[in-house]
Amino acid sequence: MAEAALKNTKTTEEVAFGIRARVFEHAMRNNGGYLSQACSAAEQLAWLYNEELNLGAPTLPMIPKPFGGVPSASNPDYHTGAGYNGPAEPEYDRLFIAPAHYALVAYATLIEVGRMAPEGLEMFNKDGSSVEMIGAEHSPGMEVHNGTLGIGFSTAAGLAWGRKRRGEKGRTWVYMSDGEVQEGQTWEAIAAASHHGIDNLYALMDVNRQQCDGAMNSVMEVGDIKEKIEAFGGVAVWVDGHDLDQMRAAVRTPHRGKPLIILANSSPFRGMPYLQLRFPRLHYVRFKSERERADMNREIARSLGIPPIDYGKGH
Amino acid sequence: MVEIVNRPYEKAFERYARANPEVLCLSADLTSSCEIDKFRDKYPEQFLSLGMAEQNMLSFAGGLGLAGFRPFIHTFGVFLYRRPYDQLMASIAYPRRKVRLMGFLPGITTPGGMTHQAIEDIAVMRSIPNMTILETGDATEVESICEAADSIDGPVYCRVLRGTVPRLFDTPIEVGRMRELSLGDDVLIVTSGITTEEALRAKGALEGAGVSVRHLHLNTIKPFDAEAMLDHIGSVRHGVVTLENHVTEGGIGSLLAEIMADNGVGKKLVRLGLKDTYAHGGSRPYLMKYYGLDATALVDGVGRLLGRDLGIGEEQLAATRVEAVHSKEKAEAL
Repeated sequence: MAEAALKNTKTTEEVAFGIRARVFEHAMRNNGGYLSQACSAAEQLAWLYNEELNLGAPTLPMIPKPFGGVPSASNPDYHTGAGYNGPAEPEYDRLFIAPAHYALVAYATLIEVGRMAPEGLEMFNKDGSSVEMIGAEHSPGMEVHNGTLGIGFSTAAGLAWGRKRRGEKGRTWVYMSDGEVQEGQTWEAIAAASHHGIDNLYALMDVNRQQCDGAMNSVMEVGDIKEKIEAFGGVAVWVDGHDLDQMRAAVRTPHRGKPLIILANSSPFRGMPYLQLRFPRLHYVRFKSERERADMNREIARSLGIPPIDYGKGH
Repeated sequence: MVEIVNRPYEKAFERYARANPEVLCLSADLTSSCEIDKFRDKYPEQFLSLGMAEQNMLSFAGGLGLAGFRPFIHTFGVFLYRRPYDQLMASIAYPRRKVRLMGFLPGITTPGGMTHQAIEDIAVMRSIPNMTILETGDATEVESICEAADSIDGPVYCRVLRGTVPRLFDTPIEVGRMRELSLGDDVLIVTSGITTEEALRAKGALEGAGVSVRHLHLNTIKPFDAEAMLDHIGSVRHGVVTLENHVTEGGIGSLLAEIMADNGVGKKLVRLGLKDTYAHGGSRPYLMKYYGLDATALVDGVGRLLGRDLGIGEEQLAATRVEAVHSKEKAEAL
């Protein structure tokens, strides 16, 4: 089957490495990017796409189409970017990227697992492109708008309830960020999912403890996330977000009648330790000078074990 | 004497939902207040209690829509858009989910005061792309609101009347079609929701004072076809008066103003409703009088449009429908 061939042509470690390398290359050439998210999320997204998710073959072109307009009664050809995750068939899993700011990392993952052509990343944040900076519904791999943080888990809970009612085997997954636990809606959603026994709902949360303003404990302390999730009726399990075996084990945690949320303790510098110089402003790393850009290029390339990126002049 | 129908939504929803298994009944802790408590008790498998958590409820409903269901969300209108506006936009309106937002207690039909009174909901909903807006003005429209709402290919916000509701019409809502209640040629009166009943009270007195009234009732506020309205505006000599259970900005008064300005209609427009003010808690007749939403206010508005005192007193207006504010069923009237 096509999807069987799609899976596991690379090891998950190779996919994770590829995500970091691709996002690094992109950031170097574009004088900035979501580097820390690639560092923290690489193993998690690699594990989901390369191993855990049961997805069909992509239904959309490998090179993304340009922006095709927003949904409206007068735009009958509108479609989301979900086709990069395969068709919405009953047996397949669905995935929402709740922190839409991880889009660059998610696009890099699609490329690494053979669901999008590398040319897709060249369209990132270009006018008229569907490969938007903050993932939109129509962006590759996206199915709903999640740029307003904290709404993804609720939507997934509704979808999962509906799929369970229909007797569909496929699970509904949400890739979450820890910053979202500051939003009250996250807690409403966990309580609702638990109250309604929505146990075909899974989340993997990147707990990198960073948000736009900086370290989360400096912005607003959120306390013990696992304890809170369980108090609201979910099942939560901590893993090392860079340890594939721990994620493989965690997903087997019993959670009958409750959603399962895997808390992936991660480092925003993983694989690129030189980024620590930018702490605590890691959300979007824009190089302050050509000197810094050159230093980052040399040092991060060295830690990744690849040659420095030839980003030319300008930008 | 007008027939008064008790809890028309209750039976209408049950009938419609049972015939359409992909309809789901959602509630946010106002189940009896939205007349779906019997439905909850009889058909628990088609009912989802989502608690006092509207932000989640709206996104959750978006997810149900994505799964192919057509959720009917029941709560007070005000709770459908003030707190969860972001979720309304991102999870329902943008992706055109077939979510039916059943907003009870529109405008000043609640004694609950500012926090409970949806006085700017139409203005908000009119500015949301992909949104359809329906408003019920009598028992027959309430009885047909489920079918009308569910015919919309996308999200729809409905202003729903509850409790004891007069029957003014004998035909169901036809989406997009206004009701032509009289076809005089002096003044065009445009109303929707509960203000239509007020205009009907005023009509006899206005005619008695020699004013030929053309009266239109709107149950579809968005989308709106301006052509038919332009014909009516063109058919009256003096101008247009709107009366709405809503602020005069962004509702049907604004709708008429836009149509007239867009088409260069040089006639006067008097917009009646809440005049850039919040309301407070009180009975519906009291609030309608206090804020100028009743038949008396309409008569005054018509006089203003015509530039003369029509000499119509309270006693000349048709009798006000008397209803108990604190009924046995809802002690709080909430």
